[in-house]
Amino acid sequence: MATLLEVNNLTIDFTTRNGTIHAVDSASFILQEGQTLGIVGESGSGKSQTVGAIMGLLPNNATVSGSVKFQGQELLGLDAKAMNKIRGDRICMIFQDPMSSLNPYLTIERQMTEVLCLHKGMSRKDAKIESIKMLDAVKIPEAKQRINYYPHEFSGGMRQRVMIAMALLCRPKLLIADEPTTALDVTVQAQILNLLAEIKQEFHMAMILITHDMGVVAGSCDYVEVMYAGKLVENAPVEALFATPKHPYTQGLLGAIPKLNDNLEKLITIPGELPNALHPHAGCPFADRCSKVMDICRTQMPGSTSEGPDRSVKCWLYHSGEVA
Amino acid sequence: MTPEKKVLLEVKNLKVYFKVKTKNRLPWQAKKKLKAVDDVSFSIYEGETLGVVGESGCGKTSLARSLIGLNPISSGEVIWKGKNIAKFSSKEWFLLRSEIQYVFQDPFASLDPRYTVGEIIAEPLTVHEPGKSQAYYREQVLTIMQKVGLTEKMINRYPHEFSGGQAQRIGIARALILRPKLLICDEPVSALDVSIQAQVINLLQDLQKEFGLTIIFIAHNLSVVKHISNHVMVMYLGKIMEYADKYSLYHMPQHPYTQALLASIPEPDPVVEKSKKAVLLEGDLPSPINPPTGCVFRTRCPIASAECAEIIPALENTNVGAAHQVACIKV
Repeated sequence: MATLLEVNNLTIDFTTRNGTIHAVDSASFILQEGQTLGIVGESGSGKSQTVGAIMGLLPNNATVSGSVKFQGQELLGLDAKAMNKIRGDRICMIFQDPMSSLNPYLTIERQMTEVLCLHKGMSRKDAKIESIKMLDAVKIPEAKQRINYYPHEFSGGMRQRVMIAMALLCRPKLLIADEPTTALDVTVQAQILNLLAEIKQEFHMAMILITHDMGVVAGSCDYVEVMYAGKLVENAPVEALFATPKHPYTQGLLGAIPKLNDNLEKLITIPGELPNALHPHAGCPFADRCSKVMDICRTQMPGSTSEGPDRSVKCWLYHSGEVA
Repeated sequence: MTPEKKVLLEVKNLKVYFKVKTKNRLPWQAKKKLKAVDDVSFSIYEGETLGVVGESGCGKTSLARSLIGLNPISSGEVIWKGKNIAKFSSKEWFLLRSEIQYVFQDPFASLDPRYTVGEIIAEPLTVHEPGKSQAYYREQVLTIMQKVGLTEKMINRYPHEFSGGQAQRIGIARALILRPKLLICDEPVSALDVSIQAQVINLLQDLQKEFGLTIIFIAHNLSVVKHISNHVMVMYLGKIMEYADKYSLYHMPQHPYTQALLASIPEPDPVVEKSKKAVLLEGDLPSPINPPTGCVFRTRCPIASAECAEIIPALENTNVGAAHQVACIKV
């Protein structure tokens, strides 16, 4: 498999009135063609900022360093015009709240054909035919009539389908889904996840799926990156991650989810809360909440160690030789 | 032998309808009504936790709000201590509000941003036990803060200085300071991160044991409900679809909706999840203003037949487990 996206030492800082926020700290990962990569973490862990940087969608007060290579092309530092050519064409994104990412004043037709007219230079007429095809592909019934509807005439699940159809119009190589099902009910969530899996096969796309729901990750992803307070703390193929989580944070995260088929008296909790991004302390950001914390954790951030094929973890527990 | 369980609250044929403004309604046309809760009956036993689950718009919140008088009841009875709350005098209402307390979904929206934590938690106490000494109020507030895991130094801070999990603890402390008998938790953890969610659930379970609380726990997350509840009630479009104790409901779900709901939950286990053959529900929740005739679930039901459009299924006992009730003519 060829490498589609390569992120190296991506660091994102935000300058605010109250000081600098370190949103993402030297994140590196690789996405292969056709793969689904899950990025999991709690709110504020930097998941959305990471993909924001890939898409060039960060606000003005962000300072980004590192490198993001898409099909061999460096995306960071690209000017707006060049970025606009890639965005919506080869990389597409769907967002958490489909209502606020669709324009309420325009019909679905206007919003969908615009993409094709701009990127493919199609006429409105051809673009409309293509858009209807795509609405059919995402299983919107009566697509021919529905294409003239306004966003408010659709339900939440349908709107998310419209967003997906719109993202697929130019047959992107990479689809980034930022919490695509968080705002939806479980039965609708299951429909959308199924749909995403189907179209991924059909259109031979790679996907980055951002979520905080470990259940969604388990069902949809091939490979997982676990983020905590701006740092990628563990990465592994999905089966390996769930079978033998290595980082204490991943272990805690998996333990904290109530499961349907076990009957624990008490849930395992991670004490405390996410550290303040304005005042990060030295060392591992998880040290204050970790049950296996050592002295070194509070002073130095561990490097990553390889733990079997395709997986690595950043934790001092696995640096056995170096810790005295 | 388990001792006879005491019913704390009984709901009989409760209906909560809302008026809907209809544009261009002609005088002879009927006014439209939104049936948020339609003919719901259940009992809740002392010391137990009743989980209420369902998708958004199924009437879980309207049901809970009507139990404490925040929504008008259209018809039916809510019986508290042997008396229908609709016939309560204002004095009795006053007392009722100290015995039933409510924890809301959004911890920040439910806390007054201009009050300090101490003031927020003390407010119910100053209303229901007026004229006590300041030292008494302070001591009560500090006791309950310590019980929910807040420290003494937080008493003078404002809500914005807290994280979501801590703010929810403040909400719980405010609800518990009057030592209520029944605590209604309306999606108390759905706004919180997983690791914080687990903390709050464990806290609720500890407090339940300590204070002998009865809890109505509303959520859309079936795994969370399973963890905390004794009995579970599944609602769909204002009606109860299935009611059973949790083991029976999760291991032998009878209603096709419950089965679909359980199958839709993504399990945090890639082996299970990827081999799962999901029974997916088609479509969305129909509008509660225009609910389907007969069984409200029939438009999305995989086993619906022509009969389902005509007969409104009643919630009936099944031969599965003890007190396992289902509203479906096919079961």
